[in-house]
Amino acid sequence: MKRILSYLVARVALTIPMLFVLLTLVFVVLRVMPGDPVSAMLGGHAPQSVIDAKKEALGLNKPLWAQYIDYMGQLARFDLGKSMILNEDVITPILQKLPATIELTFSGLIVTLLVGIPLGVRAARKRRTGGDSAIRFFANITYCIPVYWMGLMLQMFFGVFLNVFPIAGRIGMRIDSSEFDRTGFYILDTLMKGKFLEFGDVMWHLALPSITLGLTLSGVFIRLTRANMLDSLKSDFVLATRARGVAERLVVYRHALKNALIPIVTMLGLQFSALLAGAILTETTFSWPGMGRLLLERIYLRDYPVIQGVIIIYALFVSLVSLLVDLVYAAIDPRVKL
Amino acid sequence: MTDNSDERKDDVGAAKWSPAGAVAKAIGAFSGAAKRYRMEWWILVAGLLIIGTIVFMTIFPGLFTRFSPVDQNAGPQMVAPSAAHLMGTDNLGRDVWARVVYGSQTILGVAIAASLMSALIGIPLGLISGFAGNWADKVLSLIMDSVYSFPGLILAIAFAAMLGPGVINITMAVSVVYIPTYFRLVRGQTLQIKEEPYVEASRAIGAKKRTILSRYIFPNVIATVVVVFSLNIADSIMTEAALSYIGLGLPAGIPDWGMDLSMGKKFLPSGMWWMITFPGLMIMTLALGFTMLGEGLAEILNPRLQEY
Repeated sequence: MKRILSYLVARVALTIPMLFVLLTLVFVVLRVMPGDPVSAMLGGHAPQSVIDAKKEALGLNKPLWAQYIDYMGQLARFDLGKSMILNEDVITPILQKLPATIELTFSGLIVTLLVGIPLGVRAARKRRTGGDSAIRFFANITYCIPVYWMGLMLQMFFGVFLNVFPIAGRIGMRIDSSEFDRTGFYILDTLMKGKFLEFGDVMWHLALPSITLGLTLSGVFIRLTRANMLDSLKSDFVLATRARGVAERLVVYRHALKNALIPIVTMLGLQFSALLAGAILTETTFSWPGMGRLLLERIYLRDYPVIQGVIIIYALFVSLVSLLVDLVYAAIDPRVKL
Repeated sequence: MTDNSDERKDDVGAAKWSPAGAVAKAIGAFSGAAKRYRMEWWILVAGLLIIGTIVFMTIFPGLFTRFSPVDQNAGPQMVAPSAAHLMGTDNLGRDVWARVVYGSQTILGVAIAASLMSALIGIPLGLISGFAGNWADKVLSLIMDSVYSFPGLILAIAFAAMLGPGVINITMAVSVVYIPTYFRLVRGQTLQIKEEPYVEASRAIGAKKRTILSRYIFPNVIATVVVVFSLNIADSIMTEAALSYIGLGLPAGIPDWGMDLSMGKKFLPSGMWWMITFPGLMIMTLALGFTMLGEGLAEILNPRLQEY
């Protein structure tokens, strides 16, 4: 127990410099690089005095090192600042949009695993047959399908031609979402209130976006699962299990797959940033009101504090997931030195 | 695939070098290799064919279409694919096929330039960092690892948003994302190779650091870099198209597949499938070409390299 605790502390300590570098990077990109946010926001014709006053108010006329200290100091107090355009704290729109993004990301992840792992297992079991080749071909193709195009194609077939799925939004127009927006996670909210009809509608809206996101990332998991299952199926313990007369299904899924899962957990962490990036594009395609839409909307409005805030939240999200994955990894793999 | 200069070297002292002989020899080498590597070799050739066709289209667009990509009077607006307009026309009456043909120039140019830029920055940094192995290496590795862990697209979005639209700017935004890829690869390899006996031997006979790096380490790293470079172009293609799809990156007026997709998205509810189908299909095909080239090369150059 003590060793687990010290591993935990060491791993958390490792996250801090990484986060520090990422936050500095965000500062460098948004503040040090050429481009003057204030005059860009106010338009080309604003008088110099107005520009200076706005800069003064935002602390942008200080030397860069002082801005950097301000920036880090604010973040240390968990303060993301105020929007330049609207009279609101940066955190307000973020908290509104974050649940939509998390809902999409995690359902995309579930689709990825539901497609990737069984297909990978199947390809490994049917090694060097037509089925194996077909699955590997599918995996390679998904690498090269842009996630936004996959979304457009699904919208075209299922949304426009067949007209069976909605192509935009999280919930139907006629449903009043204010009845159940307690947590912002519509799946949870509708279930907690026992509104099953609305829950169905939420799932119906979630279907195409999460399939889009999930399918494009499944290729990585098919390949990884296949490779690890091949190793696992060749090993002595599988031979021993078979010799004991255990049913083939159990041999494959309970014994072989369990051992092949460890690298998959690692891959989950690595692919999470791809998932977040894919989610931004999927949100654009499906007009999904999440963080990605927020980021792009504020880029058009040149609302720099919000742009900065959204990117920082993404950085936090990535660091947190990578930490979690490492902890899960340590918990399930006894070989990791605790 | 054999290089001509090698052919000549082999033929020193032989009767006479003739083009026909060289071609015959190349075909011989090719079919020999095709037998030896089988699948990998076909994947590589298929990739090269795809890339070759699209590069040809990029250089000689006039051979493929008689329309201009910006001509709004190419035909009636929003007509479905027909003999006159292979891929139909868009909402402004522009020929979609012409836009696909000319759009290849933008995406191919940006993707290759961006990958080159990342390689030219990432490789030297990785070499020096891995070779030096001091505190600077630690700091640089921490920075590169952090950037690598961050979603590349978000980084590119931030850069593109700050730099504003423009072909050079989008190239820079895409290239920043992939610097850590080269850095990590080259640094890792350098760490391994610098412990090899032949490097130690060269050090023992008093070779300068620069000589060791350029003559002994770099040539051994380059094989894997070639593979990653090809896969990287495939990634850059999708990142470039993603940036212009979400409306960052390119000024209006430059034909671009990503931009055409976002335009087509607006007209999707009216059933204009051709506006989104063809540009997307091209992005996928081009990315597939470079992925196949990279995967084929990976298997042929180094069968152990399967993780990337």
